[in-house]
Amino acid sequence: MFTKQALLASVVAFAPVTAMAADMTIGFSQIGSESGWRAAETTVTKQEAESRGIDLKFADAQQKQENQIKAIRSFIAQGVDGILIAPVVATGWDEVLEEAQDAEIPVVLLDRTVDADESLYLTAVTSDLVHEGSVAGQWLVDEMAGEDCPIVELQGTTGSSPAIDRKTGFEQAIEGNDNLEIIRSQTGDFTRSQGKVVMESFLKAEGGENICALYAHNDDMAVGAIQAIKEAGLKPGEDILIVAIDAVPDAHQAIANGEMNATIELTPNMAGPALDALEAYLADGTTPPKWIQTESKLFTAEDDNQAIYEIKKDLGY
Amino acid sequence: MQDQMRPMLHARGISKFFPGTIALDEVELCLHPGEVHALLGENGAGKSTLIKCLTGAYRRDGGTIELDGQEVDPQSTADSQRLGIGTVYQEVNLLPNLTVAENLFLGRQPRRAGLVSRRKMNAQAGELLRGYGLEIDPAEPLTAYSVAIQQVVAIARAVEMSGKVLILDEPTASLDRDEVQLLFSVIRQLKDRGLAIVFITHFLDQVFDISDRATVLRNGQVVGTRVLSQVSQKDVVTLMLGRQLEARVHERRAGAAGKPLVEFRGLGKRGSIAPFDLTVHEGEVVGLAGLLGSGRTETANLVFGVDQADSGSIHLRGKEISVSNPREAVTHRFALCPEDRKTEGIVGDLSVRENIAIALQARQGWMRPIPKARINEIAENYVRALDIRLASLDMPIRLLSGGNQQKALLARWLATNPDFLILDEPTRGIDVGAHAEIIALIEQLRADGMALLVASSELEELVAYSTRVVVLRDRRQVGELTGDRITPDNIVHAIAEETA
Amino acid sequence: MPGPKPSTLKRITPQLLILAAALLLNVLVFPDFFHVDFRNGRLFGNLIDVLNRGAPVALLCIGMTLVIATKGIDLSVGAVMAIAGATAASVVVEGHGWGTALIAALATGALCGLWNGILVAVLRIQPIVATLVLMVAGRGVAQLITEGKILTFSNEGLIHLGAGTVLGVPTPILIWMALGATVIFVVRKSALGMLIEAIGINERSSRLAGINSRVLLICVYLVSGLCAALAGVIVAADIKGADANNAGLWLELDAILAVVIGGNSLLGGRFSILASLLGAMIIQSVNSVILLSGMPPEFNLVIKAVLILAILVIQSPRIGNLVYMLRASGPQPQPDTPPIHANRKEEAK
Repeated sequence: MFTKQALLASVVAFAPVTAMAADMTIGFSQIGSESGWRAAETTVTKQEAESRGIDLKFADAQQKQENQIKAIRSFIAQGVDGILIAPVVATGWDEVLEEAQDAEIPVVLLDRTVDADESLYLTAVTSDLVHEGSVAGQWLVDEMAGEDCPIVELQGTTGSSPAIDRKTGFEQAIEGNDNLEIIRSQTGDFTRSQGKVVMESFLKAEGGENICALYAHNDDMAVGAIQAIKEAGLKPGEDILIVAIDAVPDAHQAIANGEMNATIELTPNMAGPALDALEAYLADGTTPPKWIQTESKLFTAEDDNQAIYEIKKDLGY
Repeated sequence: MQDQMRPMLHARGISKFFPGTIALDEVELCLHPGEVHALLGENGAGKSTLIKCLTGAYRRDGGTIELDGQEVDPQSTADSQRLGIGTVYQEVNLLPNLTVAENLFLGRQPRRAGLVSRRKMNAQAGELLRGYGLEIDPAEPLTAYSVAIQQVVAIARAVEMSGKVLILDEPTASLDRDEVQLLFSVIRQLKDRGLAIVFITHFLDQVFDISDRATVLRNGQVVGTRVLSQVSQKDVVTLMLGRQLEARVHERRAGAAGKPLVEFRGLGKRGSIAPFDLTVHEGEVVGLAGLLGSGRTETANLVFGVDQADSGSIHLRGKEISVSNPREAVTHRFALCPEDRKTEGIVGDLSVRENIAIALQARQGWMRPIPKARINEIAENYVRALDIRLASLDMPIRLLSGGNQQKALLARWLATNPDFLILDEPTRGIDVGAHAEIIALIEQLRADGMALLVASSELEELVAYSTRVVVLRDRRQVGELTGDRITPDNIVHAIAEETA
Repeated sequence: MPGPKPSTLKRITPQLLILAAALLLNVLVFPDFFHVDFRNGRLFGNLIDVLNRGAPVALLCIGMTLVIATKGIDLSVGAVMAIAGATAASVVVEGHGWGTALIAALATGALCGLWNGILVAVLRIQPIVATLVLMVAGRGVAQLITEGKILTFSNEGLIHLGAGTVLGVPTPILIWMALGATVIFVVRKSALGMLIEAIGINERSSRLAGINSRVLLICVYLVSGLCAALAGVIVAADIKGADANNAGLWLELDAILAVVIGGNSLLGGRFSILASLLGAMIIQSVNSVILLSGMPPEFNLVIKAVLILAILVIQSPRIGNLVYMLRASGPQPQPDTPPIHANRKEEAK
């Protein structure tokens, strides 16, 4: 029981409940529910608010900026104490952010930043995509410890910023290690089925025995690739090491099953640090830094992945 | 006198092969300036193919074309237009939504500072059309005017763009008598201007009315070129058909009809045709006469379930039946050859064989395909019986000439062994030979005991085959003629009675 | 199965040649392309991958060919795949068997097809607009079923449909080949093929000839929905999960492309399902070239576009005419049929 509590804390990182937050009202404008991670972010945000006794007003924008702006205006009209925004696009926020500022309501950006003057928002809580890639790369560098290892890479959607940044970070981390080389790199569009298809072609083009490790830009592609490796008669996680990013429940389960080796968490808990910053600011005017980077936590077989899976699978992933 | 002049267009040895057929066999055509030259022949004789070879729409397989003394080789219709050969088709090939002026000048609008000057264009168009005796507003959309005026606009455009040779492919097919005269006056003007004009039509009267000479094609070969003032219509028909048309003496068969087959009681549809009573007996041909828009086609469509009646009932052999769509009509052994062959009759890309089999197959349902051998047998039988001319049963039906398409459609319905056959304008746009054959066929089907309802705008034709004629006016039945009273004059009288 | 008749063979010759060229291109970038061996209880090789990975588009293009033959188009198949996959997944997740899941998915597909068919045949909405409705809304429906996440399942029976093998042959290959053969057989041995073509060429004439065009139209959309459902189940089974966001995404366009590469006119009329299936394999061969070439993914779309463009140009009527004329320029006028599309032009007269 105790370990489970600790795990929960490590995953969701509950902050201590502060008494003064009891009558706080926060508006949250979410993009929508286009992915499992997004759904989990919504769930965790609601949990965070509830555990702090915050009254969270939630608005789903269904992928439309105009809906977000409407929601923010209504938050302002209701006189909330603070606003969380997961912005759907980067531009076009100046006006509504100014309105919030005029109403003296602090705004915290979640997950993505916007092209607006920094003074218009309190802080932005995001993950560092390049850092995620480099954590993955560093894990492989440590794991191989100088042994030769040809790597295949499953990229995200070509041209998308997660794909570019996660590739950059990984390459930076393995740079200078002559034993590590990316021999094939192709896009799997962040999807499970493309991950499987592309991995199949890697296995045939290079020969499964010539591939030492797979780096996938997200877990979905890795999960697809695992099936391709199994169908080719190889053991994922043993014959081919697998490291990916996001730490979705299925990845934890795969690690628990020994079919995957590592995943780096893109935490759905952006709200925790955001609410911390808001509470501190409202309590005594503590100004947080303009960018709060979430932790890119590495999960490997050493963690109790089965337990984490049980917790995470109910978050809406 | 004209023979001494240099020809405006001289085509020699024009040949064209299609898979399995020789469409044109060393055809010669010589046009003089200031001449209206009729191009005659039965459907499938090669008239359209010849025109297409001259205008570059088809690549000819042999022969030379001399235009105004110079050898030319048009690669496309646009190319031949540039060279001086303009063509106007039966279906006006202009853009109906644009204005008259825009149609006239499309692609070569008068410009001012790079922009189309609408006012200048309209003024020029108005002037141009006045030259043709048309006082119309060129800023109006083309559709605001009758087909005849559209036809003249098309001619004006062709003449302005080309100016040496003008080919008119069945220009009068959809025109009434006055409109034909309007068109002819324009043609005469152009003739005076020295253009060489090719006139293609099925109406021999019109040929003799306006043409100077005629070249007759049969089976892809020229069978003769005649100066029309020196020959009779009968001579020309003989040339076209290669045999004397036997004069059909019509015997009146009043009261020869058998049992009543189908009875329509108070059948009508608001806005389409007023409720009417009509009984058609076995062995009877009921003719439907009336002007265009009098309700002939509407009646046919209502009876066959193409349109749904909002009043009345249909009784077959005394029993009430429902005919709410063509499928039901077909199951009751009704059949309809529609007026508009192209859009309502043929299924263009399907083979002749399939087109003949389709109605029978539709009645049998898709689960019970007609065996290939059986289809072949049916198709071959009707091709022989109706003398349908084709290269192969596998060729798409749209490649057949109009008359042969019509016969194939008749074959389609005869294959279903109908009790009640409805024909809407069965002879429209087909040549003299096929015309006579279809009239003979109607007579034969009647004699075999079939009940027929035939709508036609050709009075002579109605008189020839009808045992009874129902006259329509303004979408209602206004009279009925039987026996000896069926004459063209009486029909005209019945049509005109109240309006006169 | 008896071999194709000479006329069929002639019809699919361009597709066979292009497929051969596409496969040859694969051999050029990857010399071992044709190597197939038996590994881990299944046939293993690039050629098998092409047949296997081409399954969804192959299934879609069976229905799509029929729809296009009626002068229609079905843009919703990708979304229907997502709905059917989600349905199958949710049924097994709730503990039912794979048979129930398959039937539920097919029923959903049939329902979607019926919806499209009614919009087109009864309400007379233009097919492109009618099916656009479901294309847009369908993915949302799928997301409602999966609640926005990838619905992972572990039902072996269902997984077998997408990732399993029968006698070493991946199941999807057998499914699309069997369905293709069945539909071709039914369509050509019954009168359906001719009636569908008749509707596509001239619906009014067909109706006046007594063909029940309304029911036939609904039927082809129904078949398209069923094909899409089957493809959706296979795609979900392949990854052991229903991914409502991505399953079948843009596949409707690949299916239409397969039909076009198969030499079928988007204006309806004459059709060949066999040629469309070859078209699907051609597309998959092109995908295979991209994957095997090892080029950076930034070039994927460019390579695909260039290859598809080349295929379409080779098939274009102009080039066809040119080939025809070169062949016919011999001493004898060839009693050969003109190339596939060449006839279209003349209809304008």
